[in-house]
Amino acid sequence: MESELFVNERELVIPGQTLAKGLDYLPSSGCFRDNNEVKAKLLGLVRLKDRFVSIVPLAGVYIPKPGDGVIGFVKDMQTSLWVIDINSPYDSIMLLGQAVDEYIDLNKTDISMFYDIGDVIYAKVLSVSKSKSVHLTMNDYRARKLIGGRIMKITPSKVPRLIGREGSMIEMIKDKTKTQIIVGQNGIVWLKGEKEALAVKAVLTIENESHTVGLTDRISELLEKESE
Amino acid sequence: MTKAGAPEKLIIDGKRIDGRGFEEFRPIEIKVANLKNAGGSASFKFGNTFAQAAIFGPQEMHPRHLLDPQKAYIKCRYTMAPFSTKERIRPGRSRRGTEISKVSKEALASVIFLEDYPKTLINIYIEILQADATTRCAGLNAASLALVDAGIPIKNLITSCSVGKIDGQIVLDVDGLEDNYGDVDMAIGMIGNENKYVLLQMDGIITREDLSKMLELAKTGCSKIFELEKNALTEKYKTGELNEEKHE
Repeated sequence: MESELFVNERELVIPGQTLAKGLDYLPSSGCFRDNNEVKAKLLGLVRLKDRFVSIVPLAGVYIPKPGDGVIGFVKDMQTSLWVIDINSPYDSIMLLGQAVDEYIDLNKTDISMFYDIGDVIYAKVLSVSKSKSVHLTMNDYRARKLIGGRIMKITPSKVPRLIGREGSMIEMIKDKTKTQIIVGQNGIVWLKGEKEALAVKAVLTIENESHTVGLTDRISELLEKESE
Repeated sequence: MTKAGAPEKLIIDGKRIDGRGFEEFRPIEIKVANLKNAGGSASFKFGNTFAQAAIFGPQEMHPRHLLDPQKAYIKCRYTMAPFSTKERIRPGRSRRGTEISKVSKEALASVIFLEDYPKTLINIYIEILQADATTRCAGLNAASLALVDAGIPIKNLITSCSVGKIDGQIVLDVDGLEDNYGDVDMAIGMIGNENKYVLLQMDGIITREDLSKMLELAKTGCSKIFELEKNALTEKYKTGELNEEKHE
């Protein structure tokens, strides 16, 4: 049986569109196989890698993966764990042992002295079980409590675009606005610094125009113009 | 539109009362992502029928006892705004609304990959802001586009349209007058271009031959809507020139 590919790299496709025919192409994320055809199940841009056809979605919620760096809000606290809201349908928990290095005597210590309800943290996803219970850890060199600054939300699937290839886009914004920026894989962005408002504007522009070409240049222009 | 009572004829000189041909839609207008705070949204107009759909989720499942560890749970709510018809409608649930919510939910559930988001809830709201017959079809079309906008994985778009029989003639896209004074009104929902039915509701009396003619007409109608839905989506997310810039 002959196989055939119907789409190009970075082409916009809609759900149900046939991307490839034949068994030589395999459906990866955002695609499914319908008999002999590989079809899209999301609206997004096509990505091809070897025999795999996948789709980078333009919308959607965050589904945690082990190893992701996420920004979360401490929502609840129990004797030895925290419940963290990570902007996902699944709540995550962080056990005491994953958050604090030293020995804690739980009879004498109230764990709110480490993280309290309402705190914002940058943490790493330790594991996601099959039943979708998510564990976080602070055992990472980037993990910390975020104090001050401001928080904004973008579409999680657009995070790679905001970061850019090897961090080019985010580094440019940090550099030109002299702002500290931390981007969680879950679409939450934390900003703190001199020109926060300008950085926010740049991030929102990326969010709205993420699917268009020549974005880096436009952002660079915007930053040049506004920072004068 | 004339307000006083039943019109004498619904077909005059081979045209319908509003001047359409038998196999012609009212003007269709589609807007995607028109609500800012919803996860996904779309509106769909058949002439004076105006449906707005919004999707929230996948989100945490409440009430907890309905949670399904294998797949997502769908809640679908179809409501008509109090001002949507000539006479005020009591807002909130109604017998009719509950029924349409159920059939819409089942039609949409047939295309959603529910197993991709276990233990979650997908909320679908369909609000009819102006009603002139064919509301459930407009609502279903809007909801299907809103699902795409929300980034929920689906097999294919859902297309839906109504067919009817007025003065012995089979017509596409029934409007308010034709619905009230015509013989048959049938709502049909199909999966994109796949020739599969997900919704079929009818009232009136009809022969077997007429039914198959109506299904055939609905199929051509749905394929037209499918093209319009596709265009609306690709228009919304124009990428500029393709393949100029490679990025992660």
